[in-house]
Amino acid sequence: MALEIFHFKGKRFLIHFMKYKFVSSYWLSKLQKKKKIMESECSKKLEEEKLELRLGPPGQEHSSRFIKDESLPSFGYFSSMKSNGNQAHKFPAPEDHLAGSVLASPWAKNHQPTPPSSLQSSEKKQIAMPSNCPQKRTAPGPVVGWPPIRSFRKNLAAPSSSKVASETPIGLPHKVANEKKTVVAEPSVKGLFVKINMDGVPIGRKVNLKAHDSYKKLSAAVDELFRGLLAAQRDYSAGGVVNKQEKEKPITGLLDGNGEYTLVYEDNEGDRMLVGDVPWHMFVSTVKRLRVLKSSELSAINLGSSKKGKTVEN
Amino acid sequence: MFWGSRKTIDMNYFPDEVLEHVFDFITSHKDRNSVSLVCKSWYKIEKYSRQRVFLGNCYSISPERLIARFPGLKSLILKGKPHFADFNLVPDDWGGFLYPWIKAMAKSRIGLEELRLKRMVVSDESLELLSESFPNFKSLVLVSCEGFTTDGLAAIAANCRFLRELDLQENEVEDHRGYWLSCFPGSCTSLVSLNFACLKGEINLASLERLVARSPNLKSLRLNRAVPFDTLQRLLIRAPQLVDLGTGSYIHDPSSEAYNKLKAAIQNCNSIRSLSGFLEVAPCCMPAIYPICENLTFLNLSYAAGLQSNELTRLIHHCRKLQRLWILDCIGDKGLGVVASTCKELQELRVFPSDPFDAGNAAVTEEGLVLVSEGCPKLNSLLYFCQQMTNAALITVAKNCTNFIRFRLCILDPIKPDPVTNQPLDEGFGAIVRSCKGLKRLSLSGLLTDQVFYYIGMYAKKLEMLSIAFAGNSDKGMLYVLNGCKKLRKLEIRDCPFGDTALLEDMGKYETMRSLWMSTCEVTLGACKVLAKKMPSLNVEIINESEQTEFNLDDRQKVDKMYLYRTLVGHRKDAPEFVWLL
Repeated sequence: MALEIFHFKGKRFLIHFMKYKFVSSYWLSKLQKKKKIMESECSKKLEEEKLELRLGPPGQEHSSRFIKDESLPSFGYFSSMKSNGNQAHKFPAPEDHLAGSVLASPWAKNHQPTPPSSLQSSEKKQIAMPSNCPQKRTAPGPVVGWPPIRSFRKNLAAPSSSKVASETPIGLPHKVANEKKTVVAEPSVKGLFVKINMDGVPIGRKVNLKAHDSYKKLSAAVDELFRGLLAAQRDYSAGGVVNKQEKEKPITGLLDGNGEYTLVYEDNEGDRMLVGDVPWHMFVSTVKRLRVLKSSELSAINLGSSKKGKTVEN
Repeated sequence: MFWGSRKTIDMNYFPDEVLEHVFDFITSHKDRNSVSLVCKSWYKIEKYSRQRVFLGNCYSISPERLIARFPGLKSLILKGKPHFADFNLVPDDWGGFLYPWIKAMAKSRIGLEELRLKRMVVSDESLELLSESFPNFKSLVLVSCEGFTTDGLAAIAANCRFLRELDLQENEVEDHRGYWLSCFPGSCTSLVSLNFACLKGEINLASLERLVARSPNLKSLRLNRAVPFDTLQRLLIRAPQLVDLGTGSYIHDPSSEAYNKLKAAIQNCNSIRSLSGFLEVAPCCMPAIYPICENLTFLNLSYAAGLQSNELTRLIHHCRKLQRLWILDCIGDKGLGVVASTCKELQELRVFPSDPFDAGNAAVTEEGLVLVSEGCPKLNSLLYFCQQMTNAALITVAKNCTNFIRFRLCILDPIKPDPVTNQPLDEGFGAIVRSCKGLKRLSLSGLLTDQVFYYIGMYAKKLEMLSIAFAGNSDKGMLYVLNGCKKLRKLEIRDCPFGDTALLEDMGKYETMRSLWMSTCEVTLGACKVLAKKMPSLNVEIINESEQTEFNLDDRQKVDKMYLYRTLVGHRKDAPEFVWLL
């Protein structure tokens, strides 16, 4: 059926019908080229993931991410078309590879392991999942610059109105991943601002994670953001108007636990984590907000819940 | 003067001042351009009396030449980056820098009073120089710009003594604490319009209140998220004369004192015709604004993600005089039905996606659009993000609304066919261009073949701007458009199978246009080189983001991004490394 529909358009748009899914060869070839470049760079990460996924607890997210590694949806959201079954485009080439990987994953054990349905149900999850190497993947996720809206409009969904946030555990990172350009060099991404609050300072700030490429730089930025505010706050609580220059002292030791303050973050699953544990790229793709806590209060805060789920992909 | 045998009055008998006075009545840029072509003396008079200049592409002429041409320049509009830069298709540092313009105008003692910029890179340095160089500077409007911080704004606030307008729309601004507002001196009482909604940081609320209190002419005030509810209430008490209001955070306890005060304050604001903001919103607080809804002509709720469909429709019920509505798609098709039955004066509708990357959840479809077209016959401008569209719906819309000037449809899945018939949307868009003879701007989406371009070339005779993505089968598509759309000024294409044949068929056409953008198409480097060589009046730029640095690559290689534009001044000198100027 699919072949007939698009045949008149000529070679360019010859649609391959593969069971219940089809994809455009035009874009497929382009993406495959890009994928080759990306894959070599990501192969290491993928290797780690594959291992981790098998060890981790079963859960749809793990395997769908795994599936995503193998597959090449050109436009992530195509498959989420619920209204028309026919419209489920996607997943090219290694179909058996996919089926193989689905069965191999622990997730398959908990669900009907028939490739079509599992792939279909994972399709939706796929789109919502952030990639593990967000800056380097072309395959999964939406097309760059589509839909054509300005960056301002991308992170709009308020917690109460966002359906995505309630259906999947992914909130900000989903949008974070989507904002990343899918080529190696990505000079055009505007910025990733996350909220950051500091104990003892009533005013929250926002920090642009795109502007830094390492934890060290982030730490320095945090120091810069709050040094003055913290000093001002001390002045205020001291009741006097004192020369700011004298009282401002740098905020150090955010990452190593030695300073007066420690940097923690909340990830896409709502868990509190110490900043610095995971590779920078992973951190950027899962961080939802940052907090600068008094080191003395750290033990009181439950960081433990993060540990059990975090051996896996985060 | 002998009038005897003369049948016509020779205008050259009039002194220049008289002609100048006559020309003052000619305000449209196009008309003034025509006036300057009549004869040498008209050229001269027009040249010295011209105050307002519009440059759609800042690289089409150099600042020095502009100043030499129009030494009396007072008001300048500049546009920088190509439109697709809004969607992250153009790398940072591509260009569009303001600084050279300010420097040149400052040097030549131009009496600049108004500056309006779109997609330009504006540094703090340029804002500082601007604020220091033009004593009569009155109006700064920045749309979709970047590169500056609130320090630059502080300089504007501090130094522009007669500032009337500071309007920041959707800019990327680095926020350095909120002190910039405090930099407006106590003597500054001339503000008419202040819009800082796009700023992300805190501002000094006390300074804001004082500023508003001493600005009796303030007509337009758009706040950012950091301005809380109770400040809004106090501001409204001080500025009941407002015509355009953009709220900041709109969250409060509806049973509180502050809420009641706001209700009272708003009722006093009889002049508000335009309402926006609600970046943070508590739906239970919306009833406070119902009293002003009756008179609203423009309502922008496109950032109000906290409002659901029922709240939106309840609000819309009150807005009978609405002419322009910007809203999120969570209003749903049913909600658009309410719009259709309530807003009979509606001319412009923009429906934005609340969840852009999950097409399956998009809440509006072709049904909503059809309802609006049936209820709002005056509709002439549309931007519609939806989950799906059918040919039948588009044909119906074309029949109901023949006045479209702007028709921009974005189906979130870019190659989705008509879900009912599985056909491409060629016929639907064909109906639109056939029916709307005044159509100036068109954006396509959905599954489309060369046929749609055949229709566009045939019928869209007034079309000036066309945006195409993931459409067409062959070069014929692009050729239909280039040959048929005589008034075409801007053409932007991405991910279409248009190649060298189409690009090179009629090279002279590009001199009649402002610019052409083609990305991820089938155009090769060789063809771009040919074009650049044959047309010295065009700048052909290749944006190359891969690691390849060698210029002399295989000419058969496809270029990723090409941007060409007509220019009077040849290659620009500020292109970054990744932009190749052929």
